[in-house]
Amino acid sequence: MKPSLDTHSDMAGTVWAAWRDRLARLIRPLRRLGWLGFLLRRLAGALPSLCGVIVVTFILTRALPGDPAAYFAGPAASQSAVEEVRHALGLDRSLLVQFGLYLQDLAHWDLGRSVSSGQPVASDLLARLPASLELTVTALLLATLTALPLGVLAATRPGSLVDHLCRIVATAGVSLPTFFTGLLLSFIFYYLLGWAPAPTGRLDPTFEPPATLTGFYLIDSLLAGDGELFFACLGQLILPAVTLALFVIAPIARMTRASMLGVLSSDFVRTARASGLSRPRILYVYALRNALLPVLTTLGMVFSFLLGSSILVEKVFAWPGVGSYALEALIASDYAPVQGFVLALAVLYLLLNLLIDIAYGVVDPRVRLEA
Amino acid sequence: MTEHRVPLLKVDNLHVQFSTRRGIARVLDGVSFHLDRGETLGIVGESGSGKSVLFLALLGILEGNASITQGSAQFGGFELLRASQSELANLRGRELAMVFQNPRAALNPIRRVGQQIEDILLRHSAVTRSAVRARAIDALRQVQINDPEARYHAYPFELSGGQCQRVMIAMALACRPALLIADEPTTGLDVTTQAAIMALIRDLTKVRQMATILVTHDLGLAGESCDRIAVMHAGHLVEIAPTARLFSAPRHPYTAKLLACTAYGAESIEDLASVPGQLPNLTRADLPPCRFSERCNRQLAACALPLAYQEIGPAHWVACCNPERAEEAA
Repeated sequence: MKPSLDTHSDMAGTVWAAWRDRLARLIRPLRRLGWLGFLLRRLAGALPSLCGVIVVTFILTRALPGDPAAYFAGPAASQSAVEEVRHALGLDRSLLVQFGLYLQDLAHWDLGRSVSSGQPVASDLLARLPASLELTVTALLLATLTALPLGVLAATRPGSLVDHLCRIVATAGVSLPTFFTGLLLSFIFYYLLGWAPAPTGRLDPTFEPPATLTGFYLIDSLLAGDGELFFACLGQLILPAVTLALFVIAPIARMTRASMLGVLSSDFVRTARASGLSRPRILYVYALRNALLPVLTTLGMVFSFLLGSSILVEKVFAWPGVGSYALEALIASDYAPVQGFVLALAVLYLLLNLLIDIAYGVVDPRVRLEA
Repeated sequence: MTEHRVPLLKVDNLHVQFSTRRGIARVLDGVSFHLDRGETLGIVGESGSGKSVLFLALLGILEGNASITQGSAQFGGFELLRASQSELANLRGRELAMVFQNPRAALNPIRRVGQQIEDILLRHSAVTRSAVRARAIDALRQVQINDPEARYHAYPFELSGGQCQRVMIAMALACRPALLIADEPTTGLDVTTQAAIMALIRDLTKVRQMATILVTHDLGLAGESCDRIAVMHAGHLVEIAPTARLFSAPRHPYTAKLLACTAYGAESIEDLASVPGQLPNLTRADLPPCRFSERCNRQLAACALPLAYQEIGPAHWVACCNPERAEEAA
């Protein structure tokens, strides 16, 4: 197919459409590969999003207020000194050239250097990412494990005590900002009750962190076979994870409830009941699996909430993750770390969506076989 | 001979009501009928006449806002309406099976059809896990699905509507139930498929000497396959008679009007009548004893008396105090 290039106005559109067609034709034969094809198709589908993310992060960071050259030259610097710094940072060149250089660096996994710390951003992020991931993933697991049963219970007993409890938790969780919940929890469980350790990061200074294998302290301490260390890490993790989880239990539980209610009144559940299948089989094998589909979509959305709100929670609990790192860089108008942070989060988010697509394929054969 | 005297299913004075936002709807009001072994009974009525609710009530799978307020239903001597949920669940799918309309929606969309049949087999019969697959494939073969070994792995969305209904029938018959309830089994299928599905149900139930209840709004369809037909209107069973008799000598004014609606014997489209008015609102407090009286042109003062059944001919019952005259010669 030859794209028509008659008018300038829709030229970009047709070129884009032609490329999309070409891509679609390229990945269509993958359908025959079954599962592998499904995975490759989803991966290919994530590529355009990745390109978009790279462009947007570049533009966003340039659009931030403040002049980094003036900031790093110091308040007493002369005009020429500022210009010198600007030239050294490459900020005096056109945006297009800057973008080209940025792409070139990205291709070498070079996210630039933090001007304030002097360290390469990539290694800074890599060192801090496990801390953030451990926190958000634990929070997501905690939230899912609480919200799913809560939603199912609320759906099977509408109007009951569990249903009302579900609604109260949902409303409270959404209406309290995370930094407030975090402070409140620290106040109660650390200051008043003394059950939780001081909110001072991933590990009490009296402990030596476990040898780095995965970067997840919980897993590393278990791999090292050190139970005491594991519980020390868990103790530190629990308050911030609960803080984050409380914020996202609401949307998951509500979606589970709504989705279960819909499925429970569907024709095929009536068929299952008319066939005399046992109640657990109807609830979990027939209803819940079908109800999970919209819940999975919600999980993806919720994870982006988590990534966003983890910035503040990391600050409150002095958690040495990428969020607090980016926050400090942002205050210092330090481009490279902010850019790297946004890019890393976007890639994480893309990966998670890929994971959710795969989960969709596992749960729903229509997605896997039709798409 | 005594077996013939004890009916397979005997429903007596069944009352079901729904509590709705607009008040209590008495959707079934004193429904009584019986069904012999091996017999095929048609239940005919407009949508909303309560014909589906009747069987959901018998199976114990009514929605939460529905309640059975009165009546009894003996199935092979077992009282269904006072049975516990677990006793009913043991019967459902094993002794009493149901086929629904709109088969594509009535099957679990994300489970292989073979597994859905296996779920029922494993629940109700003493079949080992290793043998169950062969039984499921056999069930598919009996409903004349091409290449049952391959179809076993199919998901409902990969099958046509007619094939889905065959799968539904295979599921219903998998445990060889004594009674099959087919609730509008051909609705949503195209005409040629409808005929094939009806023929399949007829053949399979005849071979196995199963009793069948065909629930439909299509009097013609019921006439083709049923031994007897019961007509329902607004939660009342208004007339029940052997098929030939019902068609040749309908006695309830509603049945007569329904027959006039069908194309049977009509010379041209002008001769086709329609039943005037619509089903009364069942939440009304001032519902007349005969719920058809407001649509009826044979009203008498006696219509305000409580509804009574009269046996007007052999096995022919009608709930009307001023039935149509019999024109039948024989």
